[in-house]
Amino acid sequence: MIKAILIFNNHGKPRLSKFYEHYSEDTEQQIIRETFHLVSKRDENVCNFLEGGMLIGGSDYRLIYRHYATLYFVFCVDSSESELGILDLIQVFVETLDKCFENVCELDLIFHVDKVHNILAEMVMGGMVLETNMNEIITQVDSQNKMEKSEVLTG
Amino acid sequence: MSDVVEKTLTALPGLLSLDSQSTKLSSTSKLGNLIRGITELTSKHEEEKLIQRELTSIKEQVSSPNTSMRQMKELMVRAIYCEMLGYEASFSYIHAIKLAQQGTALEKRVGYLAVSLFLNESHELLLLLVNTVLKDLQSTNLIEVCMALTVVSQMFPKDMIPAILPLVEEKLNHPKEIIRRKAVLALYKFYLIAPNQVQHIHNKFRKALCDKDPGVMTASLHIYLQMIQENPEGYKDLTTSFVTILKQVVGGKLPMDFNYHSVPAPWLQIQLLRILLFCSTIFLCRDVAALCIHCVSLFFYCIQPLSSFPAILYESAKCIGNFVLSLKINLKYLGLKALTYVVQQHPKLALQHQMTIIECLDHPDLIIKRETLELLFRITNAQNVSVIVEKMLEFLPFLKIMLCCCIIYTLFIVLILFSYEEYTYAPDNEWFIETMSTVFSVGGDMMQPDIPNSFLKLLSEGFDSVEEDRKLRLFAVDSYVSLLQGEPGKLPQRFLQVISWVLGEYSYLREELEAATVLRLLAKLLDMKSTSSETKSWVLMAMTKLCEGGAGVSVTQEVCETYGSSLDTVLRQRAQELQHLSQDCELRARVLPRGAGLEPLEVDSSLSFLDGFVSEALAAGAAPYKAPHQRQEELAQAKALSLEPYGLSLPISMSSCSIADRQSPTLLSVSSGLSGDSPDLSHKGGSTTLKLDGVKRVWGREGYLSEREPVEESAHVEVPSPLQSPSQQGEADSSQSQTLTPIPTPQPEQEKQQLASSLFVGLGSQSSVCLMGKSESTTQRFRRKAKGTVSSSGASEQISNSLASTPSTANHLLCNNLLDSNITSDLAVSSLEQTSQLSQGPAAANGICDVELTGSDMSETSPTLIRDNGVVAADPAPHEDPDKLKDLCLRTHLPAEFSGLCHSEITPLCTNQTLDFSACHLQKEDSLALVAFIYNCILMFCSFQVSCVCDSPVQEARSHSVAVCQYSLTVKRPSVHVEVVGTASYQFPAGTPHSAQFSYKLPLTSFIRPLTVSTEEYGAMWLDFSHDTKQKLTLISDGQEPLTDTLNVLKKKLQLHVVEIIGMEGIVACRLLRDQPCLMHCRLHAGTLSVWLRSPVPDLPDCLMYHCQRALQEH
Repeated sequence: MIKAILIFNNHGKPRLSKFYEHYSEDTEQQIIRETFHLVSKRDENVCNFLEGGMLIGGSDYRLIYRHYATLYFVFCVDSSESELGILDLIQVFVETLDKCFENVCELDLIFHVDKVHNILAEMVMGGMVLETNMNEIITQVDSQNKMEKSEVLTG
Repeated sequence: MSDVVEKTLTALPGLLSLDSQSTKLSSTSKLGNLIRGITELTSKHEEEKLIQRELTSIKEQVSSPNTSMRQMKELMVRAIYCEMLGYEASFSYIHAIKLAQQGTALEKRVGYLAVSLFLNESHELLLLLVNTVLKDLQSTNLIEVCMALTVVSQMFPKDMIPAILPLVEEKLNHPKEIIRRKAVLALYKFYLIAPNQVQHIHNKFRKALCDKDPGVMTASLHIYLQMIQENPEGYKDLTTSFVTILKQVVGGKLPMDFNYHSVPAPWLQIQLLRILLFCSTIFLCRDVAALCIHCVSLFFYCIQPLSSFPAILYESAKCIGNFVLSLKINLKYLGLKALTYVVQQHPKLALQHQMTIIECLDHPDLIIKRETLELLFRITNAQNVSVIVEKMLEFLPFLKIMLCCCIIYTLFIVLILFSYEEYTYAPDNEWFIETMSTVFSVGGDMMQPDIPNSFLKLLSEGFDSVEEDRKLRLFAVDSYVSLLQGEPGKLPQRFLQVISWVLGEYSYLREELEAATVLRLLAKLLDMKSTSSETKSWVLMAMTKLCEGGAGVSVTQEVCETYGSSLDTVLRQRAQELQHLSQDCELRARVLPRGAGLEPLEVDSSLSFLDGFVSEALAAGAAPYKAPHQRQEELAQAKALSLEPYGLSLPISMSSCSIADRQSPTLLSVSSGLSGDSPDLSHKGGSTTLKLDGVKRVWGREGYLSEREPVEESAHVEVPSPLQSPSQQGEADSSQSQTLTPIPTPQPEQEKQQLASSLFVGLGSQSSVCLMGKSESTTQRFRRKAKGTVSSSGASEQISNSLASTPSTANHLLCNNLLDSNITSDLAVSSLEQTSQLSQGPAAANGICDVELTGSDMSETSPTLIRDNGVVAADPAPHEDPDKLKDLCLRTHLPAEFSGLCHSEITPLCTNQTLDFSACHLQKEDSLALVAFIYNCILMFCSFQVSCVCDSPVQEARSHSVAVCQYSLTVKRPSVHVEVVGTASYQFPAGTPHSAQFSYKLPLTSFIRPLTVSTEEYGAMWLDFSHDTKQKLTLISDGQEPLTDTLNVLKKKLQLHVVEIIGMEGIVACRLLRDQPCLMHCRLHAGTLSVWLRSPVPDLPDCLMYHCQRALQEH
């Protein structure tokens, strides 16, 4: 199961945080900071897996991350998820964002937090992977946008 | 930076095509302003100010009645942004719910999003959302349904599940796949939160499993994995479906989109295999796994049981090899990880990759390095322990950044040192002490407190030979004195404590060392600023042991003066003791006899010697003692209205005094009174988590203590036999092949090979031998401490080896294998938790529960009873005996003390050509006994070892005999079903070690016993318990008195004790083994039985409720 999905930039500023398990507001912030510290120390040419920080549950959990330009995408998962699977999921997520925003950059994520969340909701639901196929995800997101758009026009 | 922002801001209108022109400008500029403001800031403080200002403005607008829904949506996005930065916007929660309730689709979506980001499952505002969710689930708009399902799976109050359950269930038949898929996942979430509620829809899950959309099917596998883990028997009929699905997946029947690097849906394959492992036979799994060998090898850790099959193992070893050698670092990591799992059972596999492993040790990536060390840890044996420990110690300082790894690693090292306890494993005394010193000074205060304690215990208990013990202690004293003479300020506190204890206890051993010198060194520690007061009390304790007239007087006197008036009471106490005892030699000799470390201390934990004092005080009118929780309970009661059902109906005569009398003296915390005495506490050692006491001593001074096979009677005798250790064999072999393989290699390569040879020595295979090339001289370099005795004995052994006749070489091999098996079994214990989690998947909550196995005794029945089976044995397929016959045979092997008790059916756990492993359980008055039968089907001796949580000793089973092990089980944490998981490792003489995994499942009810209490006691207990659950159960209404009938059924099926039935209400009590009570209150209400369960143990009420429900349904 996925415990948390975090996106932050090279300076550790959170850009998106989604927890599938309840933590207090303070702990969430600390987890983000701790994760940033763990992840940002790593070179480019090392593996993409890490043991979780103390706050999120130590070595029972793993952090699986990818670094794209200015952003880190970090998934915190328990032992039932496969590392490669999650790594692939991150790739799908980013590609989907890229499709939806056309050349996605950090600013898209800042200004459209809600949209990013909506895309994420089509991929991961309550900590379980829902869909890994980019085309399916985009179809879902598009159909929702269309329906909303028609609503806006009529309403 | 601001340039970029500006540009983007101007470009934004083009991106946002949804909003109409006017609103877009205002909304983007507001969020834009905020973000621009934040990016321009330089300090955290300014950011705080800005956000606070922002929040105030949001608050104002949000609460204004004129704000339209559209503006509200925009405000919510801003609030989400602030929350993400860590600033609380609790005022907006209620508005988020309102937005979800009243907005149109787009706004509703933002509302739901805000709710799911802001609130959590237990937030009270969530109740307000229930109606909205209900409405949206019924909506004809697909998007609204989707949103509702998403929010439901993210968080939903447990109590409200019944309200929406029928609607979610309905969605399983929805024409749209996406809705069905989401509904299945939502139901899975419900199942995790409240399994009882979803029980009735199992049939619908089956439909989901057969859904034509692969996504829905995949989603339903989550539920099945969970349910099958809990009850493998119930889903046997689905086995074929799972196999068919798996075959279709492997056969590429799924759309291409599911492929990952041209492998069809690997994660799905693994998930299916995992399910199959639970619900079908291991042989079927083996055959199926052969289909998807590529996935299997990569995710070995998910499906470890399969690794015992040689065919799969070697096939996948090849794949793993490819991964380990891969240049892609992620694959390398996974390869190493898989290898780590495989070498546990087959250490030789590591040999193929030794050079890669050596390279990984120097890898710049710490994670790879760590994984490699773990791998090495798994192949530790007598010959390579010093090299591996050295490598680990080198690695330790890097780990300070990763604190938790460090702790684990320190523990690992110590485990290695201790688990081969006689430290014959460690090359010699000096090495042992020095390594421990390094561990202490590097690991320092981060290590668990029980590690120093176990170390001290080891020192004080000593080993077989008195002379060796003396030497070890002497060396410890010497090395610690020199450490103190150096720079003690740099040493961690824990280490200082160990040092002072050792010096206090054993410095008399070094005769030329004057007590005064040691005293002065210790006094120096007291003066250091960095020394904590806990350490100081250890030091003072040590000084008390040492102060013996003469030159030390002045030092002690000074110390006493300084600390005699310390503010710390413990220190003052110690200083006083020091002063008195230093003046009174006679008393000191009585209180602190020298070298009495071994005699057990008697601690009167009930503090009975205070009884007189207590009764006097009570007589004088003092208030009786109340335990803290009781005081709190009473305080809470005084404040709140009593709503408990027994508040009124119970006689009030049950005074608080009687409770206090029952509890007071024993509940006093002993540990607090003794906290200063921690050096002494270490003698007790009972609480150390390393649990050395239970470990059987298999290592003696002379090496492995082999057991003589039981001759005629069932007595084992442990005889230290002069067997050669396997190292000598390895060396002998190498010296033979030395001449054959003179490989010239370049210098750095050679170094690595030397390292490899010293690391992989003792894994006993020819391939290691050729790498060992110039063995003797080079291995010395890495094992420089291993001198004298070892090498000389090695030489003599070589001679004896060459002279040895066949039987002795057979012994030799046996010994070798046993050694390997010991390593793996130790691992099985140390990593049991880890592995079980790895293999259990997402369902840890309902999965395997911690079962503590206490005490094991083994008996071997003489084979005479089975003799009449001898005919069958000659048969080529003895394991095809009719089960009944076997059952009957096994029954005769039940230990005599159980003959009177009824036992459960004997169920086979795992069977292969050689071993037949079955078990049954018996309910005893105050425990549950698990009896395991191991039937050896082959005409050979076989030694085996069963490890669950604790190890049983290695045992040997003759051919066609039955060995019986028994364990007594208790439950640590209740769950609906309790599963005992373990490994039986066994090997034949001259054969490779094998192991078989087994699991034995018990319903919680086997651990339930009636609890006889009076109504008054019941009332008192009821108030004390904090965990409860309520539910309505169906009533058995075929008789005159439905309540009595129902309770009788429960009494019969679950062994409950009916305390009393008063009119429409009944009270029932039971306990979980180990005296964990659970109380039940039932009331007839509108044709159903409302049941309220309470217990001090979390989860127990829920689990028991489940069983009550089942019991009544089955009736």
